[in-house]
Amino acid sequence: MSLKIENLHAGIPGREILKGLTLEVKPGEVHAIMGPNGSGKSTLSKVLAGHEEYAVTEGKVMLDDTNLLDLAVDARSRAGLFLAFQYPFEIPGVSNANFIRAALQARLPKGEDIDAVAFYKRMYARMDELEMSRSFTARSVNEGFSGGEKKRNEILQMMMLEPKYAVLDETDSGLDIDALRIVSKGVNAMRSSERGLLVITHYQRLLDYIKPDVVHVMVDGRIVHSGGPELALVLEEKGYDWAKEELVNAA
Amino acid sequence: MTTETPDISDIRADSVGDFRFPEQHKFDAGMGLSEKTVDYISDVKNDDKWVRDFRKHGLKTFLEKPMPTHWATKDLENIHFDQFRYYLSDGQKPKRSWDDVPDDIKRTFDRLGIPEQERKFLAGVEAQYDSEAAYSNVKKVVEEQGVIFLNSSEALQKHPEIFRKWFGKVIPTGDNKFSALNSAVFSGGSFIYIPPGVKVKHPLQAYFRINSEQFGQFERTLIIADEGAEVMYMEGCTAPKFETATLHSAVVELVALKGAKIQYVTVQNWSSNVFNLVTKRGLAMEDAEVKWIDCNIGSRLTMKYPGVIMKGKRARGEVISIALANTGQHQDTGAKMVHAADETTSNIISKSISIGKGRATYRGLVHIPKHLKGCKNNTECDALLINSSSRTDTYPAINVRGNQHATQHEASVSQVSAEQIFYMQQRGLSEAEAMSLSVNGFINDLVREFPMEYSVELKRLIDLEMEGSVG
Repeated sequence: MSLKIENLHAGIPGREILKGLTLEVKPGEVHAIMGPNGSGKSTLSKVLAGHEEYAVTEGKVMLDDTNLLDLAVDARSRAGLFLAFQYPFEIPGVSNANFIRAALQARLPKGEDIDAVAFYKRMYARMDELEMSRSFTARSVNEGFSGGEKKRNEILQMMMLEPKYAVLDETDSGLDIDALRIVSKGVNAMRSSERGLLVITHYQRLLDYIKPDVVHVMVDGRIVHSGGPELALVLEEKGYDWAKEELVNAA
Repeated sequence: MTTETPDISDIRADSVGDFRFPEQHKFDAGMGLSEKTVDYISDVKNDDKWVRDFRKHGLKTFLEKPMPTHWATKDLENIHFDQFRYYLSDGQKPKRSWDDVPDDIKRTFDRLGIPEQERKFLAGVEAQYDSEAAYSNVKKVVEEQGVIFLNSSEALQKHPEIFRKWFGKVIPTGDNKFSALNSAVFSGGSFIYIPPGVKVKHPLQAYFRINSEQFGQFERTLIIADEGAEVMYMEGCTAPKFETATLHSAVVELVALKGAKIQYVTVQNWSSNVFNLVTKRGLAMEDAEVKWIDCNIGSRLTMKYPGVIMKGKRARGEVISIALANTGQHQDTGAKMVHAADETTSNIISKSISIGKGRATYRGLVHIPKHLKGCKNNTECDALLINSSSRTDTYPAINVRGNQHATQHEASVSQVSAEQIFYMQQRGLSEAEAMSLSVNGFINDLVREFPMEYSVELKRLIDLEMEGSVG
């Protein structure tokens, strides 16, 4: 059981961005991917989710026993993959509660309905953990939300959908220190022996709050270093140039 | 009278909400339109002479007027007026059973949550909606208040003193080619009079009329709310209608006397072979209010621009409209606001959705003459395009003279973005579910204006339309 990425090659027409990426996240583990801008971190998250802009040219992604690449975007989600977006989209006119409810409903067999009372009870509890005001249930999804509110809303959705594996794409970007603390609290609450998390970040700062089990360094579409949490500190100290040089030396 | 047996093999169910049955009719004016046709209708209806003359004048005007293709779509030229029947009445119940109704139509009813009784009526299994109990109850209540609620012919015969004064006055016969056509061959529709100060608590519905002509081709409706009276009228439903006729041309006139309020709610879902060419206009006297809430779905071509003439001081006019055009459909809708007194206020909010190769056109007219003061208009029209082949056009005409008025106009065109759909799909919604959710979100603020049962049906209907539109 794991989210297993093997020799993944993917890109947009005429440009390969992921160049043979291999990575395995097991339930109970938190992995962090760090890397300089342009290394393909966000592309990885979109390719995993199945964004149509990117084509996979080689490699394999298994979510437990399911070949993820065979599935449509929504089926990947229902199979247990969650992506916390770096830039969450706005859905005017659709309330946050209705959106999350529709997403949960999509996971039920035909003819079965969400228990509305239990749903709200659970959602309010999660919102309290994320220090979100109740008014967010009635507001349109992400519309007029601040950057920090959007990120909290991503975590709220993750908490409600309880995925097996979650990819958090630059969840720390645009957050002030208080928002970072709250968001991290939410993510940490989701750590469980049943769930694998892949945290993508540019800065080491996030990893002070969400302690990873494994840190990977991604450069130019590949993982060039993997190690324990201490690797993040090395990066913080030496910068990404160090990792890039390593790559050149290795070549 | 036709005698053919209904042939079930002729039932067509090409798409959601698009189906029809062969019909039997007791009275049939025959094919085509001539003075003879008009006389035939007048004979059947036992019209008074003035009504017969009114019809004849309508026919003459209709024949003289050119098709408005200089501004409207050329598709109008595909209407062959000599190939329609202009009057059919169904004195007989059609002989078919619920078992004969195609499964996919039953499924559509099911999905829309249409009550059992209505399903039978809509599918043509029963000639009329069996609502005797509800009807007599409502009828009793409103009659006690002095409300008159009749069909057009009955009303003109029984209460000419009330209805003749306003009949054909808000929308004169010569207003346009189709109002003239309606004036010649009208039948069915509702004539309603609300006495001064009476506030009708429950919405009046075409449903509650036992007259089976309520889904007539050439309905004529006239609602008069006397001073201080209030009424809400609802017509149609989101359920698909079976169609035997492909040309529909209704005229609806509303008269709100001093301080009166009329709300007119329409939800229509036409099959995609129908030309739906409707003229709707209200007259609002001093401190009166006329509000049109209008939802148009389906049809090959709908042309409909509900209007309000604000004739008295501080009169208010409002048009809230939603149009949904799928492939093969053209919704040409909008609003007309004519300010004819000081301090009158009008509001237009129009939202259209084009799916597939569907086309939505907005036409608006706001007229505020120079000699008035303190008039206000707000116009918002938003279009949502679902596919890259979807189309929308906007033709606003705001004709404001003088400098003592306030008008504002906002228009937007948006497309459901691939990124937005991706985001929703990542949460587990199918593409169709994601589309439905965005579209429902787009019209959400307007749907709230509809009565509860309509808004629920509307949502389901949009879900159905979206299922068909995504590959």
